[in-house]
Parts: sequence; C-alpha cells; structure tokens
Amino acid sequence: MFGQGLWRVSGFTDPLREMQRLHREMSRVFSGIEQPLNQEDPLVNAWVGEQDVIIVAELPGVDPAKVDISVVGDTLTISGSREAVPLKEGESYHRQERSYGRFSRSLQLPFHVEAGKVEAKYERGILKIVLPRAEADKPRKIEVKSE
Amino acid sequence: MDSNIDYQKKPAQTPVETERTRNRRVFVPKVDIIETKDAMVMFADIPGADEKSVEVTLEKNILTITGKVVPQEYAGRSPVYAEYATGDYERAFTVSDEVDRDRIEAIVKNGVLKLTLHKAPYAEAKKIAVRME
Repeated sequence: MFGQGLWRVSGFTDPLREMQRLHREMSRVFSGIEQPLNQEDPLVNAWVGEQDVIIVAELPGVDPAKVDISVVGDTLTISGSREAVPLKEGESYHRQERSYGRFSRSLQLPFHVEAGKVEAKYERGILKIVLPRAEADKPRKIEVKSE
Repeated sequence: MDSNIDYQKKPAQTPVETERTRNRRVFVPKVDIIETKDAMVMFADIPGADEKSVEVTLEKNILTITGKVVPQEYAGRSPVYAEYATGDYERAFTVSDEVDRDRIEAIVKNGVLKLTLHKAPYAEAKKIAVRME
C-alpha cells in the first residue's frame, strides 16, 4: 500500500539535512543569536509531468495573503510567516507543539518555468503550486531528413 | 507493490493490538492547548482534513480527534520527490471533569481545528454532615 518507495521513512534522516541542522545549531550556539528564519519549512512534495511541475506543501493555519511565492528561472521560493496565538492576561499554555515564525524555502525545479503562468491555491491548509514548463525549455523533436 | 506482501502467517501479539480497518497511515497532529479563565482552547494542525472529515468525540473523560485525509493524485504527473507523507490524523486526550459536555465548539479553518471546551460552572462544594451514632 505504501510501497511506492518514494516516501521518506520518518526513521531515516537525510544526512544533508542533518548536516545543515547541525551547522545551524552550531552557529546559533556560537553567535548567541537565534536565527529567526526557518529554511526547511515548509516540507514539500513534488509531482512532475511533461508539461508542468506541481509543488505541494502543508502549511496549516497560515494567512494565504501572507504567503509569498516567487519564481526566478528554475528556482521557486516560498516564504511567509505563521503567528502564534496571542495569550491574554491569565491564560497559559498546557502544550505548545505547533511551530511559529518566519519561513522561507527555495527549491530548484527540474526545468525553467513560465513565471507568468504559475498558479497557487491554498485549501485545507495545503498549498499547491502549479508551474508550467517554459516554452523554450520544452523538449524539441528533431526530424531526421534523408537526402 | 508485491514486495509488501508477507506470505508467512504472522503470530499475534498478546494482548491483541487493535488495528484500523483501513490500511492508511495515521499521524498524531501537533497541538497547542491554552487554558483560559473559563475554557480550554485547543488548536490542532490537520492539513488536508476539513469540517466534513473531522470528528471530535468525548466519551467519559477521553476526548478523541480524528481527521480523514484523501490522498491527492495528479493525473499525468509522477511523484518524484516527497518530504512528507499523507495520512489520517488521530489523537486522544484525557480531560478533567470540569468540562461542560454540552458546550464544546469545534471549528476547522485552513487545516487547523480549533476546539473550545468550556468549563462547567463551578460545582458547589457539598458539605457532608457527620452524625454521631
């Protein structure tokens, strides 16, 4: 059922990601300044077709107006912020597990995209971005002529 | 696909573990729980679920949240890269007797479930008279 072989099993950690996390953690410890920007958030899934690429990300509880999506060449950047629930006088947290703060994620796409035709939809906390492949980047069939 | 099928009989565990009938992944949603003066407010991240697929039940003092998510498929495209998996959500909490059972509000918006559990008006302390035999 789950045997598509593409899902990253949660028990395994991507060594690169782990290195990046360590690096960030080290620089945080030595600089004494908390890095306010989360660059691994949101997590994404990518679906690639011949004509376009679909990027899906889970972003629950985000104001869609505050999500920025930009495309330059073959790089897609998703950034925005998630605000914590403000506490009033006399209120206290029993649990706080959800993450807050600014996030910015850049991804390299498999091909150049038509920046003007990119469409994004936010529904049920899921952001879906459809990026059509640039006309100039589409594979061209070359006919072989015989003399 | 076939590599998943185990042809050997599987020994049962004792005590027998209950399983879900649907073979789908289940995740524990992340929650924030805030106690206010007259209520407990819970926020749960359940991206992919909506008001139709979320169920909240309170049985005895166990509050259970479930959310079903239909996996998305995009025809003509293949999933080349995945950082997260899709599945249902389930989580249960024990709540105190203070909760007013008839006044529980649940709202789902943008993949976040907001649950407000009002506290029951403070029950008057009962004084028990002690008699002498």
